[in-house]
Amino acid sequence: MTDIEPRTDGGLEWTYAPAPESRAIVSFEERYGLYVGGETVEPRSGEWFTSASPATEEPLAEVAQAGPEDVDLAVGAARAGYETWSGLRPSERAKYLFRIARILQERARELAVAESLDGGKPIKESRDVDLPLAAAHFFYHAGWADKLEYAFPNRRPRPLGVAAQIIPWNFPLLMLAWKVAPALACGNSVVLKPAETTPLTALLFADVCRQAELPPGAVNIITGDGSTGAELVRHTGIDKVAFTGSTEVGKAIQRELAGRGVPHTLELGGKAANIVFEDCALDQAIEGIVNGIYFNQGHVCCAGSRLLVQESILEPLLGKLRGRLSTLRLGDPLDKNTDIGAINSRAQLDRITELVESGQAEGAELYQPACELPERGYWFPPTVFTNVAQSFRIAQEEIFGPVLSVMTFRTPAEAVDKANNTAYGLSAGVWTEKGSRILWMAARLRAGVVWANTFNRFDPASPFGGYKESGFGREGGRHGLEAYLGFEG
Amino acid sequence: MEQATSPTRQVEPFEPFEPRLTRIGAVDAVALEARAADLAKRSIKRGSKLEALDLIVRMIDLTTLEGADTPGKVAALCAKAVRPDPVDTSVPSVAAVCVYPTLAGEARRRLDGAPVHVASVATAFPSGQSPIALKAAEARAAVELGADEVDMVIDRGAFLSGRHAEVFDQIVKVREACAPAHLKVILETGELGTYDAVRRASLLAMAAGADFIKTSTGKISPAATLPVTLCMLEAIRDVHVETGRVVGMKPAGGIRHSKQAIQYLCVLHETLGRDWLTPQRFRFGASSLLNDVLMQIRSHKTGVYETPDRFTVD
Repeated sequence: MTDIEPRTDGGLEWTYAPAPESRAIVSFEERYGLYVGGETVEPRSGEWFTSASPATEEPLAEVAQAGPEDVDLAVGAARAGYETWSGLRPSERAKYLFRIARILQERARELAVAESLDGGKPIKESRDVDLPLAAAHFFYHAGWADKLEYAFPNRRPRPLGVAAQIIPWNFPLLMLAWKVAPALACGNSVVLKPAETTPLTALLFADVCRQAELPPGAVNIITGDGSTGAELVRHTGIDKVAFTGSTEVGKAIQRELAGRGVPHTLELGGKAANIVFEDCALDQAIEGIVNGIYFNQGHVCCAGSRLLVQESILEPLLGKLRGRLSTLRLGDPLDKNTDIGAINSRAQLDRITELVESGQAEGAELYQPACELPERGYWFPPTVFTNVAQSFRIAQEEIFGPVLSVMTFRTPAEAVDKANNTAYGLSAGVWTEKGSRILWMAARLRAGVVWANTFNRFDPASPFGGYKESGFGREGGRHGLEAYLGFEG
Repeated sequence: MEQATSPTRQVEPFEPFEPRLTRIGAVDAVALEARAADLAKRSIKRGSKLEALDLIVRMIDLTTLEGADTPGKVAALCAKAVRPDPVDTSVPSVAAVCVYPTLAGEARRRLDGAPVHVASVATAFPSGQSPIALKAAEARAAVELGADEVDMVIDRGAFLSGRHAEVFDQIVKVREACAPAHLKVILETGELGTYDAVRRASLLAMAAGADFIKTSTGKISPAATLPVTLCMLEAIRDVHVETGRVVGMKPAGGIRHSKQAIQYLCVLHETLGRDWLTPQRFRFGASSLLNDVLMQIRSHKTGVYETPDRFTVD
């Protein structure tokens, strides 16, 4: 008989060779003007800024900084575009939306690579999440365009007019789809301002609109920093504002709009609780925790940044979580095996660093897996804080980075109290095998979305939005359409 | 009210049971399958791929389990097992040859002196529906005929009717009968119905003394799948973390292509780590997989895909 005792030298030390997605599929222009009235125009402001890759700090393209005059032109073009677009037969509008959806699918690889280059997110996320969902939003809303009367029976829905839409940098193309698709489906025209650090996929989307032969002026895209956004909101020619971003900016927008009668929806920050009960499917809960906070480097408004664990399973859970973190692969966003990409900007990295330092100063215990950070670019390792008190800043403030704060609870009622004890209320997660407990919790959690035994799942048919300082209004589903319509009944 | 206490009663300090019992817990099917699908997307290129292919060859239990098996068939399989690619001597031998008990002797003779083990199925394979005395005797006979490793099946009838203790006792009896051979316990996951049952059967088999747990007989569809393998690996991980005991894993049936096998390695690598990337702790129960791996290795080294006719059919 052969000796079959286990070897003592351990198994194969196996590393994955780099597997980068080719970036040759994207060619950025040197400079992008503004997309106004179906044309690319130079900014009247005469100002430009550079959009760079956060993974390498390499400049990718120059982008126009729209000033007040540019905003005015864009709103004017959107007004003219509205006349055409809202006058089309609804089934005709649906045709364009279907076209856009299909072009997004056809150009998915190119747009995914562009998204990862400009924003730093791993290609597997832009490829498997951002792009499929963006296309799905256009398909979904294309279906509604000629059925609005049935969505809102006897209420005579009509478009609002020109929608001013300001989107964040965490899901640039997906947030564009969340905003543009329902607006167009309902017959509105759009002036969209993408985020300063991630404007490029929106500018490629302008080309998608051209390719779809969308009537001029239905979609207008202006780039710039916060001042451009402020200018857009201030403009008297707009009929609707949709904003996704920080609570701070959301409040400023609301102040600006006070008394103007312009309907608005705000999707703001979050500090979601991911609540894990002792009877959960533990290995899958670990996946949910990891997905909840490390997906897109934690740059997710509904991220599960507070982990509430039933005290009886804290130790095994932390053991498993640490083991799982050690398998996360941080690095080149274009590598197909990368799990964690680059932090979106220097400013965001500074904010994350500052909050993590505050956590350490307040006495929380920090854990980070051994993890080599690239020399260039903006990076932050996956981080877990234990011994976190409810009063610490890392338990209260939105970090918007790969930082998890772990707290414990003893009973379901305590879990609800702690989960709700925040200024925000965007999302929550519940992990238990007990169906009745899921329903009990969902009824008591003050959060727009409650995920049960999953996290960060999105679907165009499912309304998304917040409670409290996480904003108001819903995006997606029938509720989302309502925000882009006026009613007579 | 004062509590009555007995003066003779002594409070023992609490000692945890050793080895501790693993929390049985639950498995969420949707999330398990999502994780497996995610790991299947790992992109393994160049040197990493060649390392993986070499390891896969070393992990294969080259299998023939047909009623029509003959000494001649087994002899051919053994020759292939020792030297899978006669053209390229750097290709290693496989881990074992897996046959029925009556052919274990033939395999033993053909493999004497070779670094390839003889594995034999036993215990009324594939159904396991036979009295335990006979099953234990069969396992004993397989070892006496020359098997280093015994692949037993659990009694799914007993398991599914809730007689878990009976399943446990049967494994213990076979374990005793086949010692010192290594025992692989086949759960036949395709008949268990849920991942919860797979996890429960995995923990039960490990507690009863399995050296390996194995998905399938290959006679039932579905046989091995990536999620079911992940589920079993997670159970192995829990047992290892909580008791220190090392148990191996063998997915079997339906793994025919290199690409699939590499996906299994990724799941293994990211669940149990490098310590399990060895034939001592992981096997593939397969037959046609070997030639596909050989073709991949050859194409990796020469840059061309050769015709299947250049790889022996055994």
